[in-house]
Order: sequence, then structure tokens, then C-alpha cells
Amino acid sequence: MQNQHTMRSFDDELNYLSDQIAAMGGYAERMVAESVAALVQSDSGLARKVVEDDAFLDAKEREIGERAVIIIGKRQPVADDLREIVGAIRISSDLERIGDLGKNIAKRVVAVTEGKQPVRLFRGLEALAGLALTQLKEVLDVYASRSVERIGFVRDRDEEIDAMYTSLFRELLTYMMEDPRNITACTHLLFCAKNIERIGDHATNIAETVHHIVTGRQLPLERPKEDQSHSVIAEPEA
Amino acid sequence: MLASTGIKLVGGMKDEKREAGQRKVLQRIRQRGTPLVRALHAFVKRDTPDEDSGQRPTARGDIDSLPAVYLAAAVLDPLYIFDAGGSILYSNEAADLAFGPVTKNVSLRLKFRAPEMHELVSRVISGEEESTAINYAERVPVERAYRVVASRIGNDTGLYVLMFKDQSEARRIDRMRADFIANASHELRTPLASVAGFIETLRGPARDDPAARDNFLQIMQNQTQRMARLIDDLLSLSRLEMKPYQKPNVQIDVVALVKGVIESMRHIASENGVDIVSELGDTPLLVAGHSDELVQVFENLLENACKYGSSGERIIVSADQASPMDEVRVTVRDFGPGIPEEHIPRITERFYRVDVETSRTQKGTGLGLSIVKHILTRHDARLSVKSGSGQGAAFMVHFPPVPPSASVGERT
Repeated sequence: MQNQHTMRSFDDELNYLSDQIAAMGGYAERMVAESVAALVQSDSGLARKVVEDDAFLDAKEREIGERAVIIIGKRQPVADDLREIVGAIRISSDLERIGDLGKNIAKRVVAVTEGKQPVRLFRGLEALAGLALTQLKEVLDVYASRSVERIGFVRDRDEEIDAMYTSLFRELLTYMMEDPRNITACTHLLFCAKNIERIGDHATNIAETVHHIVTGRQLPLERPKEDQSHSVIAEPEA
Repeated sequence: MLASTGIKLVGGMKDEKREAGQRKVLQRIRQRGTPLVRALHAFVKRDTPDEDSGQRPTARGDIDSLPAVYLAAAVLDPLYIFDAGGSILYSNEAADLAFGPVTKNVSLRLKFRAPEMHELVSRVISGEEESTAINYAERVPVERAYRVVASRIGNDTGLYVLMFKDQSEARRIDRMRADFIANASHELRTPLASVAGFIETLRGPARDDPAARDNFLQIMQNQTQRMARLIDDLLSLSRLEMKPYQKPNVQIDVVALVKGVIESMRHIASENGVDIVSELGDTPLLVAGHSDELVQVFENLLENACKYGSSGERIIVSADQASPMDEVRVTVRDFGPGIPEEHIPRITERFYRVDVETSRTQKGTGLGLSIVKHILTRHDARLSVKSGSGQGAAFMVHFPPVPPSASVGERT
């Protein structure tokens, strides 16, 4: 993966950093998947586990930050090594945020599943989570393999997530209008959907960081991102 | 020979008893130093694994000098060999097919990020356990489940092996059963209820009314046909889910394939009063894929365009690729009523219908695009839709570019 440095221990330090990022990525992926599973299966035990897992990500983010500072101080890295280290700091903070968002979804499980909810409420959310998870997996795979040619596709997917989110927003509004008893669950689900959409944004951030680490260039700014939910209104029934 | 050494470890693993037995086998292997272990020793002694070919000729039939990589390559389940630092030194062909190619010396922990996987690797590297196994599942893009075994190789090689046994099939069968019951019971109930209602009417009030009888029998026939189509589609979706996931490694010319599909769809097009215009050109565009499955994709897309876009009277099919490094795109465009924007992200969900009434009259089952999406996911490809009310609809299939050779990450 890397050119060898004269100092073997420097390589070890860099590898240690990327291994820690990988560990964080694994936890983040699992938290997102499990929080949505807990929601759909109304499994409060699983939800608790997700909330507990978040501590790992918080601790790791700090550890990576400290290590990175020590490496920079000790080795005075330049060029790709410096990008690697700064990139690790950035990616770890994105992953930590993803963990927070997963935790937030898990926290809502009890409130959403208090009454028995129809499956159709969750279908869209599951599909949205599937998209976000695929995107997260793809960027982390790119980080592992350094094959940046796939990054364009990752960014395209963010558009898909935004469109799906807008559609879901509309759908949940409809359910609330149909029956006021749906309002509690649907409001929580709206926040869950928003959290998942944010996870997609963080994945896109990671993609940009990885691109910078590998090529040394920033991706062009024109990132066509914007969900349309801010303009969705509930149409009064005819 | 394979059967008597560690290779068998990756088989079965159904119950603990068997696992214990296999552990015993493994121990025996370690103590006696079977050819596999000796071969792995030989593997370590080589400084650069690349120089393997031709450097040390293997004597015919001589088991002692058999290189371990030959053995590992012969294993049909994914297998990785890694060192105490967690770097992947070797992956066999099955591993590359299942999890994508790896660059040499990439960290195993980067490749498999799941927390339980990290723990497994750490446990075996730290020497806490000589051989240990976990269940490992991947959720996206396709659900897969594995039994993963990590073992130390020999006593002092400093090498470890990670082996995967695919157990997705059992998992998928369970899942399929649950899904099938949920979907089928829901979707079959409506036509069944209507048939039952008509039978009741025919035996009661409409007993002596020939005109109503004909009419009712016609409706009943339509409903039973609908049920039959539904079952066909559900089965074909289930069959797809049942097939073991394997990245396609055969290259096919998608332009020729689509042309073939267009010819076979001509009669449906003319029934619906639609003309299919091919703007495919003659340049072959290569994608990695299974041709039967891709035929199904384009049949579904064209059928949809004929049925739902018939008011536009024509369908344009085109294909392009900006450069060999870009994705291959095939577009099926109709000029019908289009799909309202809010429905677009959802149309590939099972039984999601934009307009229930139109779907019923067009004999749709609500599964066509699910099948399309499922096949494309298996191909690492994706579907995108551009449409709006009154603007027609364009369904685009994006295939990843076929790599000229395995891509190798390079640092600048």
C-alpha cells in the first residue's frame, strides 16, 4: 500500500492509524445497520447496544487525534504522509458523527415502537438506510483500496439519497394527515430519516478526503447536493 | 490429500462437535508438520513472493516441495494468508471474486472492518487462541453470511490464514420463506377475494343470468391470470435471491444483447402501438455480466416502456460510454405520461406502484423493477431514472467500466 520509509517504525505508525480508521468504520457501519434494524424490529435491546457502542467511536476519535498530533510533531511529515495523517483526523471525525447519528436513531426506537406500527411506515426508511450504508461501505472500501476512480460514483449516490429522503418526507406527511395517531411515530421517523440522510453527507465528505489523500487534489466544488424537503408542503385534502 | 489436512476445516462447521474434531485435526497437523505446513514454511522463506514462478521447480509428485500458494489457489472457498502485522500477503482466486481484488500488503483490518472481524484477527495474532471461528455477515450490496476461521499456520512461521465458508444460502432460504409468505399472502388475497365473491354471486343471485355469467367468468379468468403472473414473478425474484452471489467475470457486448432484446419485444410494442427506435450504433460496448440475467433486465425495461409509455408512440434505446474509463450507459427512453418526481426513488421497491389502477389494467405485478434492481446490484451496476409529469421517462442502466487489468492503488 505504501512506499517504504527509511524508518520502519514510521510505516508502522501510519499503518496503525489506518487500522484504527478501519476499526471506527466497522463500528460506524454496524451501528447504522443495527439502529435501523432495531427500529424495524422494535428491538429495544439492540437499540441499547447501539447506544453503548458509540463510546468506542468517541474514544477512538480522540485517540486518533492525539496519535496524529504526536506523529506530526515527531516525524515532521510532508506531502502524501502529511495528507494521510490530516486525512485520518478528518475521516475519524466524520465517522464519529456517523456514530452519533446512529445512536440518535437507536434512542428513538422506544418512542416509535411504543404502539404497534404498520410495516409500511418502515419500508421507505429501510430502503433509505440501505442506500446510505452502501455509500458508506463504498467510501471505506475506496479508503482501503485507494482506487479513487470509483469516487465519482459515490458522489452520484448522494443525489439518490437526497431524492429518496424528499420522497420519504412526503410519504410520512401523508400518513400524519391520514390519521393524527400516526403523528408521534412519524415525527420520530422523520428525524431518523434526516439522520440517515446526514450519514450520506458524511460519507460524501469522507470520499472527498480520501480523494485528497490519494491524489493531492481537491475534488471540484460543484457538488450537486440539496434535498428538496424544505419545499414540501402538505396539500389540504380536496 | 486436501481432505486429510487443514483444508477440510473450511467445510461443514455445522455443530460444535465437528468443530472440536477439526480442531484436533489441526493440532495434529501442527505437531507432525504435514506437507501443507511445510509448504507454508517454504512460502515464508521466500523473500519476495513474486519470484515464485519458475524459480524453484517442483519435482514431479514430490509433496515436500509443493508450494503453499499452489495449494491455497486450489481451495474453492475464499482464503487469505496474512502476517503478524495484519497485512494480507496472499489471497486466492475465490477471495478476489467474492471480496474484490486486494493490493499486496494491504491491511486485513482495512479490508474487513467489522468489529467482530478485528477481534478475531487480534485474538489469533496475539496467540490467545491458535484457531478460532466467528459468523460474519455483509449486508450491502448483497446480503452474504460466512463462517470465518482464523488459524495460526505452524508454530514459528509468523503466518496466519483466514478462511471463509459461505453460508448465505441457508440464511437466504430463511429470509425468502418469510418474505414470500408476507408478500404473497398480501398480494394474492385481493384477486382471490374477488374470485370468491364472483363464485358466490354466480351460485346465488346471478344463477340464471347468462349475460352476467359471461361477464363474471371473464373477470374471474383475468384475476386468476393475475395470480399466475404474480407467482411467476415472485418465483423469479426468489430464484435470483437464491443464486449464490458471484461477481460476473465474463465480458459481453451489451449493444448486441440489447439489440436482440429489442427484436424479441417487437410484437409487444406493436400491440401497444409503440415504435422502438434503436440508436445503439455498431460499436460494441463490453460489460461484465451474465447474459440471461441482463436480457431479463432489458426485457423488463422495454416492456414497461411499451405499457406505460404507449401514449408517446415511440421508445428510443441508446447506449454510450464517454471513454474506456467511464461507465457504460444504456438508456431506454419513452415519451409517455412520465413518473411524478416524488415516486421516482421508490419505484424499485417490491409492490410499490405509482398508480395502482394503471398497473392493474396493464397486468403489472409490481415486481418488474425489483427484479431489474436486484439483477443490477448483483452486477455492481445501478439503475437511474429521469422523469417528471408529462415529460416521459428515461431509465438508465449504468455498468462499471471493465478494468483493463486489476486496478492497483498508487500513491502520488
